[in-house]
Parts: sequence; structure tokens; C-alpha cells
Amino acid sequence: MAVVFEATKGLTGKPFHYCPGCTHGIIHRLIGEVMCELGILEETVSVASVGCSYNSYEYFACDAVQAAHGRAPAVATGIKRNIKDKFVFTYQGDGDLASIGAAEITHAAARGEKITAFFVNNAVYGMTSGQMAPTTLLGQVTTTSPFGRDASYQGYPINVSELLSNLTGSAYIERVCLTDYKNIQAAKKAIKQAFLAQQANLGFTMVEFLSTCPTNWGKEPLEAMDWLKEKMLPQYPLGVYKGADIDFKKLEADFKAARGGENA
Amino acid sequence: MAEKRVLMKGNEVIAEAALRAGCRNYFGYPITPQTEVMHYMAKKMVQIGGNFVQAESEVAAINMVYGAAAAGFRVMTSSSSPGISLKQEGISYIAGAELPAVVVNIVRAGPGLGGILPAQSDYFQATKGGGHGDYRNIVIAPASVQELYEMTVEAFNLADKYRMLAMIMGDGTLGQMMEPVAFRDVEPIVNVEKPWAASGRNGRAEHNVVTSIYINPDDLEAKNNELKAKYDYIEENEVRFEEINCEDADIVLVAYSTCSRICKNVMKQAAQKGLKVGMLRPITLWPFPHKKINEIAAKSNVKAFLSVELSNGQMVEDVKLAVNGQKPVHFFGRNGGNLPSQKEILDRIIEINENPMGGAL
Repeated sequence: MAVVFEATKGLTGKPFHYCPGCTHGIIHRLIGEVMCELGILEETVSVASVGCSYNSYEYFACDAVQAAHGRAPAVATGIKRNIKDKFVFTYQGDGDLASIGAAEITHAAARGEKITAFFVNNAVYGMTSGQMAPTTLLGQVTTTSPFGRDASYQGYPINVSELLSNLTGSAYIERVCLTDYKNIQAAKKAIKQAFLAQQANLGFTMVEFLSTCPTNWGKEPLEAMDWLKEKMLPQYPLGVYKGADIDFKKLEADFKAARGGENA
Repeated sequence: MAEKRVLMKGNEVIAEAALRAGCRNYFGYPITPQTEVMHYMAKKMVQIGGNFVQAESEVAAINMVYGAAAAGFRVMTSSSSPGISLKQEGISYIAGAELPAVVVNIVRAGPGLGGILPAQSDYFQATKGGGHGDYRNIVIAPASVQELYEMTVEAFNLADKYRMLAMIMGDGTLGQMMEPVAFRDVEPIVNVEKPWAASGRNGRAEHNVVTSIYINPDDLEAKNNELKAKYDYIEENEVRFEEINCEDADIVLVAYSTCSRICKNVMKQAAQKGLKVGMLRPITLWPFPHKKINEIAAKSNVKAFLSVELSNGQMVEDVKLAVNGQKPVHFFGRNGGNLPSQKEILDRIIEINENPMGGAL
């Protein structure tokens, strides 16, 4: 019988520990699929961060290094500088990347490190039980903004993709979401483009995924998807923030040609 | 033919030693009084095709070290006291993930921003943990520019051999002084296989994971016990010290690095006055020469110990533990960036010689 669908070899097959309705699982799978489709699984190192995805290394089938809270871009720098012809990506949440790791991600981008940051933004601290994140929306209720985030008291959300796209060292930055098939396919395309840009040494690359956290938002999975579309998209518009002029078709053709069609 | 020696600054010799030890990664952040290490690396490391990154912070620098070490490459960072405090998070992770790395601390006076002059007030931080968790670092305290070369090379070998962090502890005096150094082949560069490194599977059936997290308490306890067994082995096998004139000494000085050099001159002056003064100079601050000091304390000729430090009394606690009540232990120190004069130390020795119990801790 013909196989029409199978699990990606880019993942280990270990069952995810993520909550129902969280999109970490979709993002993991997409990254795994892209690593396999590009044929780079065996030459990629992932850097796990601190938060719900602290053990993403148990799921990604590539080599992996676990980093301290917020430090993944620095750890990735130390790795990538030694394996310049391979691929290194970080997998970070919004507390990790935009709060405690704001310096590391900013300077990795400024240096134009040839790494990719997969930034999962669900507007809340997940693992530590729903505290306010730098990306928490105005008015959003969290365990540390119990009366709703008040700009006069707690300041404003940080739009990371917009911020980092201002740095010359950033080569490709795109924000995506995973609310339906079309967006999931767009997210997968963004992951592939980030790896291609990394491979071409264009500079720092990042894909920001708007993600759901039904557990800490206090919503059913489907309600959470609707909330993301209604509330998060106006604050965090989707799109390519850096690198819209990159000819990815050419990059991919060159990449495949350089490998003698081994991955075709 | 006379051995070729060159006149070089301590900090530059540390950098040269690292390059000769095969280190091709340096990540750092500027801080006085160790910046010459960084300046040397910025030029020479790049010229030989290695990696030099001026990080955005000490925190980032130690995490770049963590990354390079995790990928299986020899790596070093250097800093001074306030910067080393910032690196403690990463140092704890390096211990937890069992990664080989070399960290240089050219100690300056603290606490806080303190001052930029020499001190030994980071002894507790270096030897008793510094960061969180049950772990040790190998801590080596050279006393001359020549030793900076030899022991920096050795630090890389020990780090690789035991998959742990080796720290070179100097101070502003040692880092800034110029002395002749011979870059002799003192230590073979050991190339250790690193099958655990995460640098891409490249045909390996299983993926490698470098991590320090063990959520299951039994797993973490087993890991910590594994580390403890390694540390116990190192305490048995890697203690280094220099023993001078302890055979018939009345008073035994305990001093390391810069202080040991001042004390060597004091010993000559004491001998001229007919005083029998010996010295035990720890070279590894961890593992500390507890056994050796305990043996010396048991000798009938020894009347008292005097720990001389650039602090308000840190190593003296280990000296007391080692002596274990057999003989009185005294302390003399200057701090804040001041060095003790030979006369100050000699006066203290004369007092102790006359009244070994007076002022003992």
C-alpha cells in the first residue's frame, strides 16, 4: 500500500508534553519537516531555551544544546562560529527571547550571526504559570497583571520582529501564525526561507510564530485560536519585516545545485 | 645554547599560552585589569583563523563559551572579579553539562565595583562554588609569568581530561607585570576525543544532547553523585603545591600567587634573623592541599601557621580545616588593592614566634 503520510524523521517521535491547543507541536513538526526536506537534519544543531520548550531537544532529531534562560543566541553564536558550514537554530519563547534574553537576541542580530531564531510568541509566560510577558497585550489579564496590563503602570508590548528588522545585521525576519492550513503552510515556507538565508550567510534570521496558550489564557483551544486572531493580530501584524527582496527561489536552486541534487 | 626567553606581560602570556594550547575560541568583554588578554586575542586569534568575539556582556561571553565547548572546541574567556560574578550563571551550567572550558580571573579588589588594583578576595567565589548547585571548578594559581604560560596550557588539558571548567586565578599584579618567559614545550597538548559533542550528527545514529537539566530527582541525584565521584578523584590525584623549608620550620607560611612571592623574600629576611620559616604554597586552590598541610601540622617542629592573603581572610578557613586544631593558625592580610610590605609580614612572624597562641584564630 502506498504511504501517503508519515511522521517526519526530523522529530524523534517522543510524544509531546505540550498542553492541548498549544501550537508548539505544530511548529516542532514544521521545523522537523523542513530539516528533512532540505536534507540538513544531520548537520543542524538546535539550541533549547528555558520555558515550556526547555526540552525541545527531546523532540528534534538533530544534535542539541540546552541553554540558560535567554542565552540561547549567545550559545548559538559559540556553536555556529565553529561549524560555519552547518545550521544552528534557537527555539525560544517570548519571556526567554524578549525579556531576559533581550540583549542576547539584539546583539546576535546586530552582529549578523548566521543563526536562525524560532521565536514563539504567545503573549504570556507559559511554564511558570501565566505571568505577564514583554509581549502581553494592553488590557490582557495575567497572574502578574491581574487587573489587565495597564500602559501607565506596566508599559507597552514589545514588537520584536519590527524592532530587530531595524538592525542592519538582520537578513530575514518574518512573523507568521498557525491558525489554519494556509497560515501553517506560510509558516513552513518561512522556516525554509530562514534556513536558506542562513545557509547563504546573509545574516541573522528569525521567524516569529504567534502561538496560543489556552491553559494560561483560560480558554478552550478553539477559543484561543479566535482570541489570537482577534487580539494578537492587530498588535502583531503578519508579514515579512526584513528580507522581502531576497530571491529565495534562486537560493534554493543554488543550494540544491551545490549539493548535487542529493536532496531533490 | 641558552633557552630563548622573551619579555612579556602576564596577561599577554595567558593569551599566547591559550593559542599554543590549541584554543581557537575566545569570547570576552572589556574589564580592567585583564584587557590585554582580549587585545592580544583580538589580533592573534583572528590572524590564525580562530574565533574572537567581543560579546555584549560577560553573561553573553560565558554562554558563547558554553556553546563552543558544547560543540567540542577548545575555548577560553577572561575577565576580572565583577565580570566573573556575572559569569557565574554560565559557569554553573558548564559544570552541570560537564563541558571543558578555561576561565581566567585576573582578580581585583571588591566587593561591588571595588577597585582595579590586585586582590585575592575571590578565593571563596572560585573555590566554594560561586554559582548555584553542587559543583567544583579546578582553580589554578600561578605565581609568575612563566607559570602563567605553563599552567594555562595545563588548564586546557585538565579541562578536557575531566570535562569541567578550569580557572586560572591571577591578580592585577601578575597580569600587568612583565617577566621573561620561555615558551618551552612543557606540556604535551592532549587532543581528547569528544564523542559527546553536539556539532551535527554527521551519520551518527542518535542525536547528541548537551544539557544540565534533570527534572527527575533520582536522575539529578545520580548525576550529582557522578560529579562528586569525579571531584573526589581529582582531589586525590590533581593537588599541586610547592613546599619550601618546612622540614625544620617553626612557623609555616601559607600563601599563593603574588603573596607567595612576597613571602619568599620575607623568608630570606627571617633566616637572617635566625628564624626558621617555611612555606606551603598552594598551586591548585581547588583541589586544596589539605592533606599536605595536615601532615606538616603534625610535625613536632611546627609551632604555628600564618596564612598571608590579599583579602580579609578567605583561604585561612581552608588552612584551619587542614590543620584541624593541631597547631594555632594565624592570618595576616592587606586588601582593597594594597599589597603587604615584607616588614609587615616579618613583624607578624616575629610576634607569632614569641607567642604562637597569641592572636590565633
